[in-house]
Amino acid sequence: MAVFDALLELADDHLILGHRLSEWCGHAPMLEEDLAMPNMGLDLIGTARTLYDHAGKLEGKGRSEDDLAYLRGEREYRNCLLVERPNEDFAHTMLRQFYFAAFMRPYWLAALNSTDEVVRGVAGKAEKEMAYHIRHAGEWVIRLGDGTEESAARIRDAVEALHIYVDELFDSSDAAQEAEAAGLLPVRADLRATWDRTVAEVFAEALLEQPTAAYAQRGGRQGIHNETLGHLLAEMQVVHRAHPGARW
Amino acid sequence: MTATTPLWEVFIRPRNGLAHKHVGSLHAADEVMALQAARDVYTRRGEGNSIWVVPSAAITASDPDQTAENFEPTADKIYRHPTFYEIPDEVGHM
Repeated sequence: MAVFDALLELADDHLILGHRLSEWCGHAPMLEEDLAMPNMGLDLIGTARTLYDHAGKLEGKGRSEDDLAYLRGEREYRNCLLVERPNEDFAHTMLRQFYFAAFMRPYWLAALNSTDEVVRGVAGKAEKEMAYHIRHAGEWVIRLGDGTEESAARIRDAVEALHIYVDELFDSSDAAQEAEAAGLLPVRADLRATWDRTVAEVFAEALLEQPTAAYAQRGGRQGIHNETLGHLLAEMQVVHRAHPGARW
Repeated sequence: MTATTPLWEVFIRPRNGLAHKHVGSLHAADEVMALQAARDVYTRRGEGNSIWVVPSAAITASDPDQTAENFEPTADKIYRHPTFYEIPDEVGHM
């Protein structure tokens, strides 16, 4: 079912990145960021919940948001590879967030015209959240790039490590293409120019150069992930799998 | 830590028409990051719709040793309190 699959891809992106941000809780370099990163993570997980719930209802097999989040294995997860990249250090985390938000802001703005009421509702809330994520992560990218020798080296390393995962953001799977043709979701490839402009503006201030990717790493939409996703899912799902049906 | 991220005082206005109130402090590298940190630390539960941040170093505080001479002389001047007449409900916040 194309619409279900397309919504699931989108929901998976948000849940996995939200979980990555939650891993910083209690470990951030300063108290202020210890709140800021989980705040952003909760924005993403909130979006994922609505999308899972909606996808489950459209599927019509009685799967709840919890079933979709906690009872699928690695190969069934359809998130893009960027969002599952490990946190590494603060620079990697901020750049990954900036890249993702720079894509999702124009995506949600375009989705305000979706033919689906729930998608329009999510878009109205999420575009504001993404605007803030761009601002917060973007300001950090600028300060790291134009900061100390060490901070500049770390953000340059992050650019080097993450740029091969950028192109996959603009790919649409067969399912996504169907949803796009039906006017349910925005066409991903159309967002490239906006993304490039957002990144170029911040990189200019951050004294960073955008490398041209020698190749692009893809596979997330087919369920082919880096091994780190397995570890993430094991940690995220362990309580639910150990205590099926448990409630707060 | 404090050399690169000095202390800032945070003021939040809960609603239009009310004054900004001091809510706490935080560390940040500059005023842009201080505003973002204030948003993330102090407005997570819908506490307000406007934020001010002020470098703590810019605040001049009264001397605790002068507390008595500053504040005690007002204690016996009850005629300064507006308690001798009723305020109509329509006035709202005073």
